Amino acid sequence: MSATLDHLVNQPYKHGFVTDIESEVAAKGLSEDTIRLISAKKNEPDWLLEFRLKAFRHWLTMKDPGWANVKHPKIDFQAISYYAAPKPKAKLKSMDEVDPELLRTFEKLGVPVHERAALAGVAVDVIFDSVSVTTTYKAKLAEVGIIFGSISEAVQNHPDLVKKYLGSVVPAADNFYAALNSAVFTDGSFCFIPKGVKCPMELSTYFRINTEETGQFERTLIVAEEGASVSYLEGCTAPKFDTNQLHAAVVELVALDNADIKYSTVQNWYAGDENGQGGIYNFVTKRGLCKGVNSRISWTQVETGSAITWKYPSCILQGDNSVGEFYSVAVTNHHQQADTGTKMIHLGKNTRSTIVSKGISAGQSNNSYRGLVKVMPGADGARNYSQCDSMLVGARCSANTFPYIQVRNPSARVEHEASTSKIGEDQMFYFAQRGIDAEEAVSMIINGFCKDVFQQLPMEFAVEATKLLGFKLEGSVG
Amino acid sequence: MIVQNSPTLLQVRGLRASINGTEILKGLDLTVKRGEVHAIMGPNGSGKSTFAKVLAGHTAYEVTGGEVMFEGKNLLDMAPEMRARAGVFLAFQYPIEIPGVGNSQFLRLAYNTVQAERGQEELDPLEFDDLVREKMKLLEMSPDFLQRSVNEGFSGGEKKRNEILQMAVLQPSLAILDETDSGLDIDALRVVSQGVNHLTNKDNAVVLVTHYQRLLNYIVPDYVHVMSAGRIIRTGGKELALELEERGYDWIEAEAAEAAGALA
Repeated sequence: MSATLDHLVNQPYKHGFVTDIESEVAAKGLSEDTIRLISAKKNEPDWLLEFRLKAFRHWLTMKDPGWANVKHPKIDFQAISYYAAPKPKAKLKSMDEVDPELLRTFEKLGVPVHERAALAGVAVDVIFDSVSVTTTYKAKLAEVGIIFGSISEAVQNHPDLVKKYLGSVVPAADNFYAALNSAVFTDGSFCFIPKGVKCPMELSTYFRINTEETGQFERTLIVAEEGASVSYLEGCTAPKFDTNQLHAAVVELVALDNADIKYSTVQNWYAGDENGQGGIYNFVTKRGLCKGVNSRISWTQVETGSAITWKYPSCILQGDNSVGEFYSVAVTNHHQQADTGTKMIHLGKNTRSTIVSKGISAGQSNNSYRGLVKVMPGADGARNYSQCDSMLVGARCSANTFPYIQVRNPSARVEHEASTSKIGEDQMFYFAQRGIDAEEAVSMIINGFCKDVFQQLPMEFAVEATKLLGFKLEGSVG
Repeated sequence: MIVQNSPTLLQVRGLRASINGTEILKGLDLTVKRGEVHAIMGPNGSGKSTFAKVLAGHTAYEVTGGEVMFEGKNLLDMAPEMRARAGVFLAFQYPIEIPGVGNSQFLRLAYNTVQAERGQEELDPLEFDDLVREKMKLLEMSPDFLQRSVNEGFSGGEKKRNEILQMAVLQPSLAILDETDSGLDIDALRVVSQGVNHLTNKDNAVVLVTHYQRLLNYIVPDYVHVMSAGRIIRTGGKELALELEERGYDWIEAEAAEAAGALA
């Protein structure tokens, strides 16, 4: 029976191919010269080079964080190349000029890069190794004043906006990997929703690491002005390599008064093989600032890939009555390790946060939830509800929950619920006795377990997420 | 009911089974024909529930000897889900909770799987809803049950009703009810029994595993079997149950031991 379960959760990785494309790759190693090279390649203004150098100098004084419940050999930061880009033939004017090999790659991955073929209502920014390749629906979004595209372009075209918000939520010296990212980030998405605008379509970024021994350090910045709202999706894949690749991204969200940002991730980086060889180290800092009153930031993540995941999408609830949400499904298998969760920092009055975390461990993997709920003295009437459920598949995996709760205001209300369950022989037998085979049974159990989170995802992503877990969709009507 | 010349549905011969190396069933024989209701009684630890689970194919048990023929096919060669699709139904003593999986979704998937196996029409959610609501009336169940997760937060009695609802939906040819009466109050016992009686006909058969005679006032058996130490040691009519109620099991076990001694 457990052999059947193993088989079901061990679907082969479908995105593990390498595209043969001419790339420009910087020499390995990290120094101020590397940073100057990246900055020069991207024709950046001086203030940004200064931002990078400052971060780098600070990074040199920092230590690799050792507190996460993950194990890996020491990373040699000099053995990584910090810049890789598909070689541009010339400045591209339209999608038709993009290298067809590149387009085929994204078609194979199911990413809609052609607007005519795109899923209705989703604009996509596509990032290949270090560089943004294309953004769809840009013109249409510009009509309502929305800026959506690569952060490199934004640095050129909207330097004041980038300068104002870059590093305002995740300071350059925030932590080891955030500092590294601030020093060497190559590209990422920038999204600005002006006052009062409800973004008419889902915005999406698709990340692809293609080159071996490169790191991917993307930087995403989303700003929603007063009364604005946006729903943003992020997807990621990488080819199979025997070596580990480092992915250290920083995502910053800023929500002003009455603004609403919904950020969804389906992370499917290559996880390494069944013996734990290869795979991505996914060390990511994601943080949202609910700066204005009544603002809301909602994180939804489905983490299925990566050899190691280390990420805590967080909300700083500064504005009164602001709301932070975190919905997460983290699946680990084989030798994967995940230490993931969230931080909810309550500063403003009547701020509310909700945490729903579902961890599924299979194989010999290790899956930890780590979350902080912090209520500061000024946060009168703050409320938090946390629910952390773990599911074990088989007998060799492990699940841990590390909740940190710090309350410094007597009027606060904080609730934490946790459960651990197991897909056991008895449950499988019950399904079998009703004629339902093992594959369908696991699919139903897992989907049922994750339902609270999947409901938060936009439709297409919910479908992809369900597929990603390697299981079939539940019946059309619940 | 005993039907003249009724075909044999289930034939168990010399069945032996063990769990974790301990033998529980030690050469069990039983023949069930279509239309019949059999009660299996016996003291705790005699192997009644093990027998029910082994028939259904629970993977924790290892069959070490004997044979089980069901509708002329070797049941022991079939995977648990294939046995279910072939018409073997087990109402669980302790129904399993499945959080997050809707009762109606679960029922419909089970129904359609069995229908497909029988080459009969599968139903879409709306059609199925009509069917299941009809069956629920029979068991005096509130439609709210459909919206809830399978058995999650159900009381003991609700879980047992839910098992019989599944039986009503799947219409098995052999229903094995494992202590369905335990944990039921007198009203629930009546409703569940009525449900079972309603579902029995000349083409199917029921095997009741029970501790108490009480259930047999409502579902009247054609045969009563007494199990002890992994075997059936006495078979009689419905009056045997009354005698057991009065005298307990010791006298039968003593008689059986005597008979075995006489043979030896």
